[in-house]
Amino acid sequence: MRSVADVFRALDDETRRLLLDGLVARGGQTLFELCTMLVTRHGLSSTRQAISQHLGVLEEAGLVVTERRGRTKLHWFRGEPLAAITERWPTDREDAP
Amino acid sequence: MRIRLTSIFVDDQRAALAFYTDVLGFTVRHDIPLGDASWLTVVSPEDPDGPELLLEPAGHPAVEPYRDALVEDGIPLVQFAVDDVAAEYERLVARGVTFTQPPTDAGPVTVAVLDDTCGNLVQIVSPQPV
Repeated sequence: MRSVADVFRALDDETRRLLLDGLVARGGQTLFELCTMLVTRHGLSSTRQAISQHLGVLEEAGLVVTERRGRTKLHWFRGEPLAAITERWPTDREDAP
Repeated sequence: MRIRLTSIFVDDQRAALAFYTDVLGFTVRHDIPLGDASWLTVVSPEDPDGPELLLEPAGHPAVEPYRDALVEDGIPLVQFAVDDVAAEYERLVARGVTFTQPPTDAGPVTVAVLDDTCGNLVQIVSPQPV
């Protein structure tokens, strides 16, 4: 069972937030592509294994989904778990003084 | 010391030869029968005396798991220089080539990754236009 806490924990890391940014910009990327993006755009030199683990955390939280196309595994952003947060704490409440 | 030859494993040497020559545009340098297989190399027509690429049969049992793991993560096994990655991408897509990574800005270079249909991913790279 996924919880809101899983989503917050998944988001509580700059590398994972950058991975989500990359996947929002363009879905369907490989691990290799995402590693290249982190190095060339953000100067991060994490190992491929570390990035793979970060993607695993995001997938566990439901923020990333993967699918094989041919022999290659691709990653997409999935925003649905974020909706649970704003359902619980609405962004359009205006009763505060 | 110079780099004269490098090799990649291919599922089928004749299919590989067709892809690397007819589709990518390399030319045959050596095609010498050697038992069940051939000593099969290609070179760039732009650099006929340059490094050769050996298209080696993928018969060894270690090859399949090794390549499968790399292809799953989108990791290319070989890299070729082109003048313009975007133009090559258009040309090759029109020839039915599958790309696992479209042309992507990677700092000083543009890169893209394609499937060579023989078991490998190939990266093409060009310098960023000035």
